[in-house]
Amino acid sequence: MTTIPILDERRRQIFQEQDNASFAMTCDRHSVAGSVSQRACVFCGSRVVLYPIADALHLIHGPIGCAAYTWDIRGALSSGPQLHRMSFSTDLQEMQVIFGGEKKLYGALCELIAAYRPNAAFVYSTCIVGIIGDDVAAVCRQVAKEQGIAVLPVHSEGFKGTKKDGYRAACDALFKLVGTGDTRDIAPVSINILGEFNIGGEAWLIRKYYEQMGVQVVSVMTGDSRVEELRRAHGAALNVVQCSGAMTFLAETMQAKYGIPYIRASYFGIEDMAKALYDVAAHFAAEPCIQQKAEVLVREQVAAVLPELQRIKADLAGKRAAIYVGGAFKAFSLIKALRLLGMQVVLAGSQTGNADDYATLREMCDPGTVIVDDANPLELSKYVIEKQADLFIGGVKERPIAYKLGIGFCDHNHERKIPLAGFEGMLQLAREIHTTVTSPVWGFVPFRAKDGEF
Amino acid sequence: MLLRHTHPEIKPRSALTVNPAKTCQPIGAMYAALGIHGCLPHSHGSQGCYAYHRSALTRHYKEPVMAATSAFTEGASVFGGQANLLQAIDNIFTVYEPEVIAVHTTCLSETIGDDIPQIVSKARADGRIPEGKYVFHANTPSYVGSHVTGFANMTKAMVDYFAESNGRKNTTINVIPGYVEPADMTEVRRLASEMGIATIVFPDTANVLNSAMTGKYKMFPEGGVTIAQLKQSGSSRGTIALGTLASGSAGLAMDAKCKVPCQTLNLPIGLHDTDLFVDALHHMAGVNVPESIDLERGQLIDAITDWHQYLYGKRVGLVGDPDQLLSLSRFLTALDMRPVYIATGTPAGKKYEQSLRDTLAGIPDDVQVKVPGDMFLFHQWIKNEPVDLLIGNTYVKYIARDEDIPYVRFGFPILDRMGHSYFPSVGYRGALRLLEKILDALLDRKERDCSDIAFELVL
Repeated sequence: MTTIPILDERRRQIFQEQDNASFAMTCDRHSVAGSVSQRACVFCGSRVVLYPIADALHLIHGPIGCAAYTWDIRGALSSGPQLHRMSFSTDLQEMQVIFGGEKKLYGALCELIAAYRPNAAFVYSTCIVGIIGDDVAAVCRQVAKEQGIAVLPVHSEGFKGTKKDGYRAACDALFKLVGTGDTRDIAPVSINILGEFNIGGEAWLIRKYYEQMGVQVVSVMTGDSRVEELRRAHGAALNVVQCSGAMTFLAETMQAKYGIPYIRASYFGIEDMAKALYDVAAHFAAEPCIQQKAEVLVREQVAAVLPELQRIKADLAGKRAAIYVGGAFKAFSLIKALRLLGMQVVLAGSQTGNADDYATLREMCDPGTVIVDDANPLELSKYVIEKQADLFIGGVKERPIAYKLGIGFCDHNHERKIPLAGFEGMLQLAREIHTTVTSPVWGFVPFRAKDGEF
Repeated sequence: MLLRHTHPEIKPRSALTVNPAKTCQPIGAMYAALGIHGCLPHSHGSQGCYAYHRSALTRHYKEPVMAATSAFTEGASVFGGQANLLQAIDNIFTVYEPEVIAVHTTCLSETIGDDIPQIVSKARADGRIPEGKYVFHANTPSYVGSHVTGFANMTKAMVDYFAESNGRKNTTINVIPGYVEPADMTEVRRLASEMGIATIVFPDTANVLNSAMTGKYKMFPEGGVTIAQLKQSGSSRGTIALGTLASGSAGLAMDAKCKVPCQTLNLPIGLHDTDLFVDALHHMAGVNVPESIDLERGQLIDAITDWHQYLYGKRVGLVGDPDQLLSLSRFLTALDMRPVYIATGTPAGKKYEQSLRDTLAGIPDDVQVKVPGDMFLFHQWIKNEPVDLLIGNTYVKYIARDEDIPYVRFGFPILDRMGHSYFPSVGYRGALRLLEKILDALLDRKERDCSDIAFELVL
């Protein structure tokens, strides 16, 4: 067993069943200075949540980097406008850092609105804006008044917390749009889908399922989104919230102001996908045909994917997986999905899980599974080797680490290109895992080649 | 049409950058620092900065990219980041055990006004820096210059902190390769080594960001210039700094600090600029150019003459970093091509712009140059009058698709193709590769578009 140095501050962010009986994970804390954490910042959180609003203007107020690094890197697909894929920046220079950037912001907004006539504009504050003290909200108010469109400040200064605080800042901005549209033609059986970003077209799949059940989808927040549908989101009867962190805050605010109840859902894996449909049907139990339609849909969809899943399972049974994802909810679903494929999860971790999340994770995992919060590459590689994982599921920064260690990888973050949600998505996920885990390329890895395994 | 939002009417913009042809200083500093053996780059700012830089470099190189962060909170932003940096230095040497930490600042820590040298001295005085280990820094405010500036600042910091003269001159020659790919750094060293010259190449990301698959994860791969070499560089016979923007300041600093004479050249991209590099090596080291290099040069000229008939008069649009654009323009004009539109996001200065314009002076077409400009303006030029070929980083692919123009990927970042970290574009070999790519793009298009009747086996 290899040993690596672990800071005392971090010891309680890693849990292994055999360590001892007590389970009290430390989490929800800022990363220690000097860490090689895989986490991002407040701005990043806001940017991912609002990015899929395709007919809005997204202006990043700060030096060029924050705009450059978030230029079309996330495959949140739009069926119509592509304005969200442009990169707009005030590109702040030394002069503005000294004398303030409000004038430049005002100028940029006016130029952009004149050129594109967007349906709304979001202005993201970056670190430096918080330090030099630009009154972004005041500029937004002024431009909104002059141009007659909603101009919404997003208070996403990078240092003001974690990525979760960025989700919250985005929700604050979204909430200002909700409640400003006409809701007259919305059916009583209707929902908003929250926390689904249409990566690889996943929101389209999920929307289709609900519509087949006879449920109207008023808005997806946010995936392939339009400003108009967000404005009337308060007309829906129910909010269905995916993901632990990103959009719960908005659901709570909408419940408080508009009395719209919310339920949680996950669309990854057959089990959770079916549950997400049945839970919505149960909410509209007064309309029994919805439950019936849900049952038919689930039956048909499962029947369509199960035979191939069984064939894949035969190859994957007994293989070991490591999961390190952003939110813990995704980890829950993945554990179930991997079990369906006969795989065992030997490492489960997240960047932003809270105490409840980790308690749930521990319950779900087999004894011996390592559970980590805010891990670094050394820790991840140590446990991958120690637990002899065959597969790593993570994001962009984890992929080359997995490959260097000579194991398969599946991107379950920005860079997935095919839908992994829904029933079809489960099949795609299984195929992707099967392809990578059984690939002959791992036979070239020196230590395997020596062992004569291949 | 992904860029349907680009309208052809060009209006002056004063407050806005759209689709940037640059990014910020810290990523360049991080890339340069990765070219030191056993170095952990450290971002003194919010957590997001280094996450973005690591992701961007990982996407470009398909390699793990290691760096640490001061993880600023609201408190640090009010009271200064000294406590964060001190704790970071402690933690990094405890957990990750690098040989050296290369601290770069961010817009946040620059604006707060953290004094990094003072913090580093305090860390040393407190015994936080183990014996034989180093912490050094570069100031890289994101609101000045671009990623190229950050690279230049970090490279200069290597000289400022480490280079020392031992009082006599060794036979080694320093080569500062510029903001180029690991394969390019290997290629400049190979050319010198063919001539029998011992070099100190810094920074050197070869075998750091194009390392071998071994089945093991190494936080600090084999490659990179060592601190011992950086110290010795102050006693080298001379320095060749490749690329005024990326390497010039480090070369001058070396001259001023250690009296090592420096010659600043264009990046050795294309025939002429490689000639100048080889010539400079030859004079500086007092060695002859071996036949093997004559052969490489001869092969390049042979290929150029064999294929020139497909190149002449072709209009080319280029976006990228200033040092690359200048040499590439010189190469293209030598091939009788016409680089008519050139944009870089980096504010490279009037003198630079003039040398670029001088290079393009013989082109009969209406030439557009914007320093600093962005890709939106570049696209507008093309909408007004198209080109035959585009050369630029991956972001140019939107324009190539929308306008249906042949396209060669070159520059930073390349997020969607392989090759850049393995095959050089500098030197005679690199020029051959660029020529191949340009011809492939042009001829594939010619054959895609021509009629069945005109489609011929031999071109």
